[in-house]
Amino acid sequence: MKQQTLPLSYRMSVASRIIAAVVGGYALSTITTFIFAYILPGGRAQGLLMGMMISFAIYTAVIIWVFATRSAVRAWVGLVLMALPLGLVYGYVSYGGEI
Amino acid sequence: MKEGFRQSMAWLHTWTGLLVGWLLFFTFLTGTLGYVNHEIDRWMRPEAPMVSTPPSAAELLPKALARLSLQTDQAKSWSIRFPGGRSNNDFQVSWRAQPKEGERFGKFTRETLDPVTGANVNENVRKTGGGHLLYRMHYRLHYMPARTAYWILGICSMFMFVAIISGIIIHKKIFKDFFTFRPKKGQRSWLDGHAVLCVTSLPFHLMITYSGLVFLMFTYMPLGIDVIYGEENEDQFFEEAFDEAGPGPKEIMPSAATSPLMPMLVEVEKYWGAENVSGININNPGRANATVTFRPRNYNKLVTYTDTLTFNGVTGKFVEGKDVNFASQTNNVMLSLHEGLFAGPLLRALYLVAGVAGTAMIGTGLLLWSKKRKAKLSKGGVAHFGIAVVDRLNLGTIVGLPIAIAVYFWANRLIPVDFDARQDWEVHAMFITWGVMFVYPVWRPLDRAWFEMLCLMTAAYALLPVVNLLTTDRHLGITVMHGDWVLAGFDLSCLAASGIFALVTIKAYSKVTSNAEPSILITPSPLREVENYIEKSNEEPADGSVASSTIITN
Repeated sequence: MKQQTLPLSYRMSVASRIIAAVVGGYALSTITTFIFAYILPGGRAQGLLMGMMISFAIYTAVIIWVFATRSAVRAWVGLVLMALPLGLVYGYVSYGGEI
Repeated sequence: MKEGFRQSMAWLHTWTGLLVGWLLFFTFLTGTLGYVNHEIDRWMRPEAPMVSTPPSAAELLPKALARLSLQTDQAKSWSIRFPGGRSNNDFQVSWRAQPKEGERFGKFTRETLDPVTGANVNENVRKTGGGHLLYRMHYRLHYMPARTAYWILGICSMFMFVAIISGIIIHKKIFKDFFTFRPKKGQRSWLDGHAVLCVTSLPFHLMITYSGLVFLMFTYMPLGIDVIYGEENEDQFFEEAFDEAGPGPKEIMPSAATSPLMPMLVEVEKYWGAENVSGININNPGRANATVTFRPRNYNKLVTYTDTLTFNGVTGKFVEGKDVNFASQTNNVMLSLHEGLFAGPLLRALYLVAGVAGTAMIGTGLLLWSKKRKAKLSKGGVAHFGIAVVDRLNLGTIVGLPIAIAVYFWANRLIPVDFDARQDWEVHAMFITWGVMFVYPVWRPLDRAWFEMLCLMTAAYALLPVVNLLTTDRHLGITVMHGDWVLAGFDLSCLAASGIFALVTIKAYSKVTSNAEPSILITPSPLREVENYIEKSNEEPADGSVASSTIITN
């Protein structure tokens, strides 16, 4: 079993996933934290507090997904596809919409 | 990474574990020692009296107030801490001065008082960071600003949580493997050992890592407060979230005599029970907005931070507390679980066992990475640079850090008591030693370095009670006779630890001399067993653990 040199495209793909996981995961967990602040009962402060506590689980789930999915491209596309509805929900609740 | 879910999770587990494993080892070890930080404190301050049964709060209150009233500048707050529970001879008073121009908080001073005379004992007891400083490094590291440390540790904690989750995912037969340990089979045994250590205390690891993140979540996830409340309104968020009264009016209120505390203490002790007042906070003493808050001992309660009783400082009337909201209760419980302050002796021992298991889990994981890489090398191959670096970091951390911590304790006994900077130099000694422990395995051949450093670790802990005997009068001969089992326990634990280290050292010696089997300690000479393992794992793994070769080629 020789040590193979791994191709550059592989390395780039891994780097891309790492950035997607770290940045995208943080973004998605932050947006969901904002949303929790508005939709959980008890007022903004309680909702925000709960949201912050849950955010790490969401961050972890996103990281796992980014590395499990079939390619780095799918990871980025998936992150954007997840961010869009979340962004819309956030916009809606932060302007006073009720869920 | 097209191989499939489990293989990509194996890749993720390997790298999130490896890249920050050494720092996580440090965090876990100092954190575990943090569960006995009071006890370590007491050992490191041998001049403090060996009080077995402290006087009652009612007896100590006048002495505390006498000391506090001596302060001429009117303080923003006073605090009294009564001995008892785990802090058996910590009778302390502290005060915070009014903040000066531009300061957010005023200067904080703390004194330890003698329970018998009420005099300040700080002058008689050696200055030391004690167990608290060792524990503080667990969340604050050292030699760097707080925010830097919090961010480094936050990243490490996220890595650790991802490593735990991915570890669970790749562990196919997690229940069966609970009862699987195949000794003396080289790499297989290390994998089994790593898995058993992780899985048996898995709930603890999940809890401790996640609650660690929650502890500092206002640093890691600040955007919620900034976006929803606005940066200037941070205080408003904290008031609403934790049902706290705000910091109060910025101007200093007019003078008003503070109501006597003794009747309040009597009433509180009737409600909580005689020995259960752990301390008193007096906010704005001598002012019209004075409040007096009593703190209970944390026994057996998970929601502790809000369990206080408050009185109006001027009228002496009891003030009804507000109900705690759900979110802050949840937060409170998570933090309490992490800190384990509520734990009695048996549960605290379990916390220690779980912490040690976690530390060993990280250590065995690091060693396993190196072992697997070496097994992959072709016959007679030499470890390449990455493996060489990992090997040195492994040795320097897994054996070197315990040695460095022993040196912290040695320094506490050996640095002269009247040396002003002794507290800083105890810590410098620890980190200088740790640094040397990384250089040593670069200089010596690896297998010899393992054996020699293990010898050093065994000796460092075995001789610590002897150093204690030679330098203080709090050694085993005296502490056992006096019945002070906390102090005696420290020395006895060092002896017990060195006993275990001695067994490991003997094992390492036999590996160094015999050179018979491939082991983690030697650059491997390939044997049938190792090759068989690799061939078998190239087929579909039948027994549920992840094939080593797929981990390595990723």
